[in-house]
Amino acid sequence: MSDYMIEANQLNKYFGDLHVLKDIDFQVKESEVVVLIGASGSGKSTMLRCLNFLEMKNGGELYIQGKEINPKKDNLNEVRQRVGMVFQHFNLFPHKTVLGNVMEAPLQVKKLSKAQAGEEGKQLLEKVGLGDKADVFPSRLSGGQKQRVAIARALAMKPEIMLFDEPTSALDPELVGEVLQTMKTLAQEGMTMVVVTHEMGFAREVADRVVYMHDGKIVESGTPQEIFENPKEERTQAFLSSIL
Amino acid sequence: MYLNVVHFWDSLISSRGMFFEAAQLTLALTAVSIFIAIFIGLMFAFMKISDIKVLEWIANIYIYVVRGTPLIVQIFVFYYGLTEIWMISGFWSVALGLAFHNGAYIAEIFRGSIQSIGKGQTEAGRSLGMSQALTMRRIILPQAFRRALPPLGNQFIIGLKDSSLAAFIGVSEIFAVATTQGANTFDYMTWLLVSAVWYLILVFLLTLVVGAVEKKLAASD
Repeated sequence: MSDYMIEANQLNKYFGDLHVLKDIDFQVKESEVVVLIGASGSGKSTMLRCLNFLEMKNGGELYIQGKEINPKKDNLNEVRQRVGMVFQHFNLFPHKTVLGNVMEAPLQVKKLSKAQAGEEGKQLLEKVGLGDKADVFPSRLSGGQKQRVAIARALAMKPEIMLFDEPTSALDPELVGEVLQTMKTLAQEGMTMVVVTHEMGFAREVADRVVYMHDGKIVESGTPQEIFENPKEERTQAFLSSIL
Repeated sequence: MYLNVVHFWDSLISSRGMFFEAAQLTLALTAVSIFIAIFIGLMFAFMKISDIKVLEWIANIYIYVVRGTPLIVQIFVFYYGLTEIWMISGFWSVALGLAFHNGAYIAEIFRGSIQSIGKGQTEAGRSLGMSQALTMRRIILPQAFRRALPPLGNQFIIGLKDSSLAAFIGVSEIFAVATTQGANTFDYMTWLLVSAVWYLILVFLLTLVVGAVEKKLAASD
């Protein structure tokens, strides 16, 4: 048993011969917001995707809410209901309306009634500021609106943990703020979050902990203040000076 | 060869009852065979993209055989071969032969359209706790079907015209009626052109139907 929402011990992942995650030890407490930073190719997205089993680890242990998950034995569909994910490219369902996107999984997986799923879906759309877009198709939305719908869609399954994989990287600069604001609200409500991002402002302001990854390893982990103002490792210093 | 416009028009009008009946048979043949072919096509498309090698292999052989042999041979094999063990009408042996034939092409159309839907769509479905089958049914297939419609419509038109081969085993569809009329009157050219007009009408109607479905499914654009 562990008290963590997420606990990874000695996590390893290979893509063919490429060793992308090397003996990762990583924990997330309840209501904690952890931001993963690092250069592209450092393994942050892969690690995030291992946490909801979109990528399968090749070695190590992974605990979700205290229970070790064995991909061969455990029902991953059930685990994924508790671990929501938001993608860089939104991945909204283009053949469904905004509300249809949000209702889909509650209807089909949780077997909610149409009335209840619709009611909850509309509330979530209100929450992300898109109550008036319920009947619109995703192709009519801006990038920022799409990503907020994607957040509402993930929240509709009432997850305990939310994973964000570069949620603002595909957005025009002027649309980044609205998505970060939505995420900030979520963090303030006590959602447990793991966020891969290049938005250092968000990391500074919202993160409880910042984790710097390089070459498939966690180099350094600490409060935003520790990482941004007093990085101990040379690699971290080099990375931060290259982007700030 | 004797042909003039007035004579052609008279023949077209005076034979409309006979050809209307034949056209219904052509349509029935097309509808039944395409309906079955869609199921065959979907099944073999899934087999081809499955991780199970044996299934992929069977699908490849089926598609290779169908594409590698003439349709008329397939229909005759169905007619003479199948009726040896199972007495079915000429109509049904052609319908099954056409379904068997079109199924291979439709399988390739479905396979292509399913594989053209981005991986992100599957990941989004799975990340919400949807099973692989549910994601396929609710997320991938509706989008894939929409993308498949233009080539499917094309295949339906080919199927409709290929149903004329039923004439060779005595099904009185449009082409069979035309050749019979030609033989009776020694005026083949007029009756072949009459049959051509009927095929054009049917293809026009089919195009309208496919267009209407396409338009309906395009609502999300």
